[in-house]
Amino acid sequence: MVARSKKTTWWVTLPMNNTKRIPIIPLKQKIFALVVLLIVIGLYYLASIATNSSPERLINGIPHIYYFVVDDLIPPNWSYYSRVLPPLLETWNIALLSTSVAVVFCLPISFLAAGNINKKAWLYQIVRFLLNVLRTIPDMILAVMFVAMVGIGALAGVYALFFFSLGILVKLVSETVEAIDPGPLEAIRATGGNIFQIICFGAVPQILPQYVSYSLYVLEINVRASLVLGFVGAGGIGLILRQQMSLFNYGNIAMIIFITFIAVTIIDTISTSLRKRLV
Amino acid sequence: MIEFRNVSLTYPNGHQGLKNINLEIKEGEFVVIVGLSGAGKSTLIRSINQMVKPTEGELLIDGENTLKFSDRKLRKFRRNIGMIFQNYNLVKRSSVLRNVLAGRLGHTGTLRSILSLFSQADVRLALHSLERVGIAEKAYIRADQLSGGQQQRVSIARALTQQPKLILADEPVASLDPPTSHAVMKDLQRINKEDAITMVVNLHAIDLSMQYADRIIGLRNGEVVFDGPASSVSEKTFEDIYGRPIKEDDLVGDASNE
Amino acid sequence: MSQLDINNMKNPKRAKYWWTFTGVTIFMAVLYYVAFTETRLQAQRSIWESGPLLKRFFWDPFFMSEIHAKIPEYFGYMMETVAIAYAGTLMGAILAIPVGFLAARNVGGHFTFVGKAILNAVRAFPEILFAIIFVAAVGMGPFAGVLAISINSIGMLGKLYSEVIESIDMEIISTLKATGASKLQVLVYGVIPQVIPEFSSYALYRYEIDVRSSSVLGIVGAGGIGAPLILAANQRNFEEVGMMLFIIVLTVTVIDLISTNIRKRLV
Repeated sequence: MVARSKKTTWWVTLPMNNTKRIPIIPLKQKIFALVVLLIVIGLYYLASIATNSSPERLINGIPHIYYFVVDDLIPPNWSYYSRVLPPLLETWNIALLSTSVAVVFCLPISFLAAGNINKKAWLYQIVRFLLNVLRTIPDMILAVMFVAMVGIGALAGVYALFFFSLGILVKLVSETVEAIDPGPLEAIRATGGNIFQIICFGAVPQILPQYVSYSLYVLEINVRASLVLGFVGAGGIGLILRQQMSLFNYGNIAMIIFITFIAVTIIDTISTSLRKRLV
Repeated sequence: MIEFRNVSLTYPNGHQGLKNINLEIKEGEFVVIVGLSGAGKSTLIRSINQMVKPTEGELLIDGENTLKFSDRKLRKFRRNIGMIFQNYNLVKRSSVLRNVLAGRLGHTGTLRSILSLFSQADVRLALHSLERVGIAEKAYIRADQLSGGQQQRVSIARALTQQPKLILADEPVASLDPPTSHAVMKDLQRINKEDAITMVVNLHAIDLSMQYADRIIGLRNGEVVFDGPASSVSEKTFEDIYGRPIKEDDLVGDASNE
Repeated sequence: MSQLDINNMKNPKRAKYWWTFTGVTIFMAVLYYVAFTETRLQAQRSIWESGPLLKRFFWDPFFMSEIHAKIPEYFGYMMETVAIAYAGTLMGAILAIPVGFLAARNVGGHFTFVGKAILNAVRAFPEILFAIIFVAAVGMGPFAGVLAISINSIGMLGKLYSEVIESIDMEIISTLKATGASKLQVLVYGVIPQVIPEFSSYALYRYEIDVRSSSVLGIVGAGGIGAPLILAANQRNFEEVGMMLFIIVLTVTVIDLISTNIRKRLV
């Protein structure tokens, strides 16, 4: 119960003709909000100069984009589909294989990266640090590196997306592991189970639905990522996309984009509906 | 003066919230509406400011049938009615003062209020309202940092800042502990006496109703089953209204540390 | 009640599980069969021989003065990348607000499906395809990158915003209406204070993502550090690639740290 204080505060009994202005928002907060606003706008001003993208140019750009889409992209070259489907299949295969390998490898690493399972602080910190670094590397740069290492082709793409998706997957799964109910783990520990038994019988059943769901989610991400791997020689549909772009063959480009869009939408829809059922 | 003339309310799902209500509430009265949950207390109170709109009958306030009001007129009419809720309904991330000033929105031009340009008189009024419920020193604190009782006082202050003729309170103490409940009820009583603001309060607890009301209206299944001065009410009356014996839950108990 | 025969127990769901299991297994087997037969997975060089290459990526750049001399230039490109992400995210974050409101069930009403359809279509489109379209439409350079980033940010932020809007306390809205407030006043006093912290937090989160994406936009000609990076890779100047990668990792880490810190305070 809050004590009702009868003592008067600094504005005393508030005579209605008092001349001192009472602020609605304290000055400090006002200044803070103003500073934040100025920083946001100031940074935008700098960024728009650096990128040559003033709001004015953005608005002027809209007709350009409109006419490009209407005049150049439409209609797509429908007959080009037979050349699009094989690399599209390769793209899908790269995504599928890299995701599958990552799904297998992520499980042990996730337990190493979960504070409630891995009690060795130094090992936990090292694993976390490596994962954080891995996640800052964009997928395309991994692709560039693996093309250099194993040569041009789909294999480089599989390697690149494997490492790329491993970073994401381990983060998601280890967070799930850290959120599990410690009760069953304690129970198995109490019956004399070792760390592998604790993981297999205590932790894995608890994370299984999320684990499968995240795997599908990462598959969706990898499908998108694999579309452009070909730009750096790592296989898939990106290769013909780059070729057609250098030839300015917009009808073909439109067809590639169209088929890609359909494929991505189908995969996303299936994956999303599966994930909804899981969790 | 509020006058219900043959007011009925049927919800779109067919449920009948109010059945042929005829009531007169005089200015300055402290009316408590009691009844089991689902009896139509909330519907009755919310139909006064048309948060739910009765489907039949006439609802006269100062002689005017409010059910015929245009949107514009309804807004004007609503700003004279303060409302207090069980869950306080404060914007939790805004300061207490801003929440209380929301009571002036109906009186302030849209542009001015968007730019936070309330008149100094309004700001003073808001602080004065806070002072009357004893939490003026919390004016610049975020609403979510207050206790439940304090938050309910902020919402009373918000209603007061409207300078209303009438305050509707929908289960104002249902989420509060007994001592705080009494304190909040006493605030409402004091406002009723000092400012002659009509109070229409929904309560579940029968001891609170008997202690603070001038007049008690009992509802069951959307119908008025009792209407009389609080002095004429006994536990038997409540058993009639509720249609069952009084239980422990129907009492709040005394204010232990008041 | 019949007695339980523990020697003859059957899991009543067993048949259904078995069918699901078989179905999934066959489906996966077909997928993997296609994957292994239709895709050439030969390596031109064994990955186990990449030791010297890795040294050129991760070790040599720090000890070569000609690489050191290029650091300021690379930082310039990285700043362009950060700027593309910033301009793009901010544009996207602002434009996502009306779309988010339109797509929120409690605001959009009958038009919710319009907002949701726009957002789904945008999100189904991979970012880099937008970049390709914009490069072709407005020419090479960071401007195309800003457009690509902002349109993709609208897709994600619009969806997140609409979820925030759907979760606001509608009681407050009716409370304010009950005091006689106009629609605009309800928006400013009831809705905005409830959504601003989440909106800003999500925008910052999206900025973290966009810094990563904009560092590869250059590969399709949409500005930023991606362009010199791909050039250096094509010329097999792996020391340069390594240094640029180092700068990217460093910048992304710093931005992540700052952004996470601000986000923690926001909500």
